[in-house]
Amino acid sequence: MGPELSQRIERIYTDERDRILATLIGLLRDFDLAEEAMQEAFAAALAQWGGSGIPENPRAWIVSAARHKALDRLRRDTAFRAKFPDLQRSIQEADAKESEGNPPVPETDDTIADDRLRLIFTCCHPALATEAQVALTLRTLCGLTTGEIARVFLVPPQTMAQRLVRVQRKITEAGIPYEVPPEASLPSRVDSVLVTIYLIFTAGYTASAGEFLLKTDLCTEAIRLGRLLASLVPQQSEPRALLALMLFHDSRRNARTDSEGDIVLLEDQDRALWNHAAIQEGVELLAGVLHDALRNGTAGSRYSIEAQIASIHATSATPQDTNWPRIAALYAELRELAPSPVVELNEAVAIAMAEGPEAGLERLAALERSGQLANYHLLPAAQARLLDQLERWPEAIDHYTRALALARNEPERRFLNARLDRARQLNSQSPSYSSNR
Amino acid sequence: MQYLLLIYHNEATTPDPDSPEMAAGRKAYADFTTEIRESAHFKGGNALLPSTHATSVRVRDGKTLLTDGPFAETAEQLAGYYLIEAANLDDAIAIGARIPGAKWGSIEVRPVRAMATLVA
Repeated sequence: MGPELSQRIERIYTDERDRILATLIGLLRDFDLAEEAMQEAFAAALAQWGGSGIPENPRAWIVSAARHKALDRLRRDTAFRAKFPDLQRSIQEADAKESEGNPPVPETDDTIADDRLRLIFTCCHPALATEAQVALTLRTLCGLTTGEIARVFLVPPQTMAQRLVRVQRKITEAGIPYEVPPEASLPSRVDSVLVTIYLIFTAGYTASAGEFLLKTDLCTEAIRLGRLLASLVPQQSEPRALLALMLFHDSRRNARTDSEGDIVLLEDQDRALWNHAAIQEGVELLAGVLHDALRNGTAGSRYSIEAQIASIHATSATPQDTNWPRIAALYAELRELAPSPVVELNEAVAIAMAEGPEAGLERLAALERSGQLANYHLLPAAQARLLDQLERWPEAIDHYTRALALARNEPERRFLNARLDRARQLNSQSPSYSSNR
Repeated sequence: MQYLLLIYHNEATTPDPDSPEMAAGRKAYADFTTEIRESAHFKGGNALLPSTHATSVRVRDGKTLLTDGPFAETAEQLAGYYLIEAANLDDAIAIGARIPGAKWGSIEVRPVRAMATLVA
């Protein structure tokens, strides 16, 4: 086989893998089996297409070949047959349907029957624990290996393998249907998917600041899934809001750390390094979302508010151009909608930028008293920053020290240590220092 | 597929037997049960007497041990059940969500093991 042909087959693999796998999962009802059958089918393609040429519909060919590989195995292997008692029947039913000219998988309701959509909704069914949803989505839609997913969750590979088996078993045995939810339950089901996609994005975001590297970039995967969902469920605006939010966050990936791997804060980043094409796309998506909300008379959602905040940062040419009062107001709105101590923390920081450090410190003190963020390093870190600005060095030192104790990885520790050293230095130079000795 | 819908609620918050809330609750259950019986889904169902009337039985080392009350102290106690036939989990959940007790307690939706799998 010539290099050109194998390149084309590789291209087909890259482009069609997702849809083929989703179709096979629907048919065979087992994720590992579907993957195995798909690999064997592609091997067959490599062997046969050199002679017969690339078929007109490569995807259908591969799906068909995979089906027959699975059927073959059923005939040969009795242990396999016992493990998948309904498999033979469902394959034969699908074969019969196809020979009648019907597609291999039935349409449900009046929604588009893209198998990837079915797969996303099944993986993110609310009857599954959120962690299980994330693990399964990473496995089936993002193609991560069990070992890679184990690293994301910081568990041994064996543990992750067991979790994946358990969740697949629940799907089959508890009767979670492999279908796109009906229109009426679409909003809440879409919500479940968005939570999972955003968790994947957050994992990727933290990973890029941490110590472990994955072959697959999780932020890129999350954005890809977000795009897929937005295109397959166009009538819902939430997916577009989340996509905009992720694009804004990701646009700063090349500016967030310096050449040493150290953290560069938003206000210190070189904005020329931001991905302005991604920002532009986010701006357009967000405009569409807000326009829909206005037209439908619906209130802002969690993702659209967060996206609006991110948009203000992303479209400010310099830190000084940032509309902090507007950001503070948006955080207040977010707090009403989806209250959380982290939202309050961010609101306090925005208030500090809009009204001065004392105003921010007041809010942060209240947050500290509530005890909700007792183990979150960004609370004392935020307090330390504001105390820095007010040149209240002893207090700043105290808070940087507390933040350091809670820091989660090396880059965070290095950053806080640098600020701590600076505060100590400035403290020893200050006039009140010697009088306090 | 068959599912057992287990109805749990906190017995400590049960309204007075003569109260209007209790009457409303009885009516809601009567309506729901009539509706479900007439559908193709109903396979069985019963209200249970309170957990104070339960007896727990264990046999260890040939000895039968009895305890007064349910097998474990829980925040919510088993109050009743429905056994239903449903095409899939989503349909079972939809039925479970319509049980009046879902509003003030919890419904556990448990798939029933198919007999074919039991017989090896």
